[in-house]
Amino acid sequence: MAENVVVGHDEVDLSRRKFLTTATVATGAVGAVFAAVPFISSWAPSERARALGAPAELDVSKIEQGQMAIVTWRRQPIYVVRRTPEMLGQLKGHDDLLKDKDSSESDQPPYAKNEYRARLPEVLVLIGTCTHLGCLPKQRFEAHSPEMGAYWPGGFFCPCHGSRFDLAGRVFNGSPASVNLKVPPYEYPSPLKLVVGVDETHKGAA
Amino acid sequence: MAEVQGPHSGKPPQRKGFWGWLNKRLPIEEFISSQLTGYYAPKNFNIWYFFGSLALLVLVLQLVTGIFLTMFYKPGEATSFDSVEYIMREVNFGWLIRYLHSTGASAFFIVVYLHMFRAFLYGSYKAPREMLWILGMLVYLALMAEAFMGYVLPWGNMSFWGAQVIVNLFSTIPAIGPPLVEWIRGDYGIADATLNRFFSLHVVAVPLALLLLVMLHLVALRQTGSNNPDGIEIKKKLAADGHPLDGIPFHPYYTVKDVFGVGVFFVLFTIVVFFVPTFGGLFLEGPNFEPANPMSTPEHIAPVWYFTPYYAILRAVPSQRMGALLMGLAVFAFFLMPWLDRSPVKSIRYKPFISKLALAIFAVSFVSLGYLGLQPAEGSYVMLARIFTVLYFAFFGLMPFYSRMGQPKPVPERVTYHAH
Repeated sequence: MAENVVVGHDEVDLSRRKFLTTATVATGAVGAVFAAVPFISSWAPSERARALGAPAELDVSKIEQGQMAIVTWRRQPIYVVRRTPEMLGQLKGHDDLLKDKDSSESDQPPYAKNEYRARLPEVLVLIGTCTHLGCLPKQRFEAHSPEMGAYWPGGFFCPCHGSRFDLAGRVFNGSPASVNLKVPPYEYPSPLKLVVGVDETHKGAA
Repeated sequence: MAEVQGPHSGKPPQRKGFWGWLNKRLPIEEFISSQLTGYYAPKNFNIWYFFGSLALLVLVLQLVTGIFLTMFYKPGEATSFDSVEYIMREVNFGWLIRYLHSTGASAFFIVVYLHMFRAFLYGSYKAPREMLWILGMLVYLALMAEAFMGYVLPWGNMSFWGAQVIVNLFSTIPAIGPPLVEWIRGDYGIADATLNRFFSLHVVAVPLALLLLVMLHLVALRQTGSNNPDGIEIKKKLAADGHPLDGIPFHPYYTVKDVFGVGVFFVLFTIVVFFVPTFGGLFLEGPNFEPANPMSTPEHIAPVWYFTPYYAILRAVPSQRMGALLMGLAVFAFFLMPWLDRSPVKSIRYKPFISKLALAIFAVSFVSLGYLGLQPAEGSYVMLARIFTVLYFAFFGLMPFYSRMGQPKPVPERVTYHAH
């Protein structure tokens, strides 16, 4: 078919018009994408939110043996449990009940990827939000308690959707959560002086 | 046939004076004629046809009460909870405006669920009304977003933890999940930034989208015309004047009917507003009368009743990613209805027994999941939720097969109608 259409005395070059239309639409689309960038990035954490995400400190020596303290870091509760030797013993013997016993699928710094999931076996440091949907698991440290069942070796129970974790934050089979509780970056600048949010690779505020 | 005058002629008579001057510039009379007095709806509507107009009424109610609440509400971690208490205790009739708004949210879902079930009963989603159905489903999605964000605004403890759970659903998306969640929250947890953006979306963005979608829903309705309890296209039998034989003008016939529906609705609605505004914890939940506390999860988190069927599905699945996925699929499945239903007839009146049974099982499953979503996730509740989740998806998944089974009853030529 003819590409050109005669309108009165003027010829309309349809292929030229089509090219210009396409070029205009494409340029406009690219412009729209660029224009969207400031609006989309405005939703990211602001400078103030980042500054408030500074490291949190805790003196672990003030926690009683077998007790838990909670410190806030980046709006998340950080569970710090001072585990007794008995509690450390309770971590063994239920590997076959765990979804991720070696924490290979879970999120923790390399120094916490061990059988205790901690730098010091005595001190467990966890982000206290359930890896399922973010509720706060409650402490159920008593082993074999009637409430939790005969197999229960002590740990955490999430009241929202029933996820269960042991005393190293490892998730039990049958829980809706699929990975272990997260371990935040942390270090001890001096013995038992815990700083959460800093370690060899994380340098303070993000 | 003699020349028909007035609204039935399809052409509004020419007027003189100011009204004529105005209509030459703004087609008011043409609009009324094409949308109301000259729009023919099937004459056999029944009680199920009240809920569309009631949904529109509740939308207006929510807009008006919402505008007034915005005058007194102060979004912010430090101010939200107190400003809601201020509205409840110190603003003149603030309690009434807020209870109208909170009860209106539940009423919105009641009428929308009944409106949707009507479409299930009479096959209103089937060709040629697929777009009408899809636009209606988009209205439903926008409504869910609106309700969720509105629930966060009082910044009670259930607001906070509800937001935490729902926003974290996005973290189950592979790879982009965690950064996406941080972007939605604007902080490392649910925070002031989250609350303020939800406020903006709740009072500006989503209502605008809702209004646009509702308008498109009505445009699509005008294009195809209403379905009816017999599932017959009334446009196939036209009278000599070109209007459907089984149709009657929307105004005055159905406007009068709808006004009656509005009256009944307001009687029931105001009983709730004045006497049981919390509806036993279903419309306003107890833990939300405590301020948000990021360090304390309520013993038992349950969303407001209209989300509980999906919540029960989420909790029924022992894998977090699959649970979130099935929850999304449970909503998305509705969109596919026009193509899943292969039945040769539209209305349940003429469908064979197996289709009636399937719809009954679905209705029971949906209501049961709604109940189970309110219960703690333990023991037999989880088992029941799993059974009903399977039935829920079987309704959609097996529809292409069972909808073709059995012998449908003969569909009449004209709508079934008995004068009252």
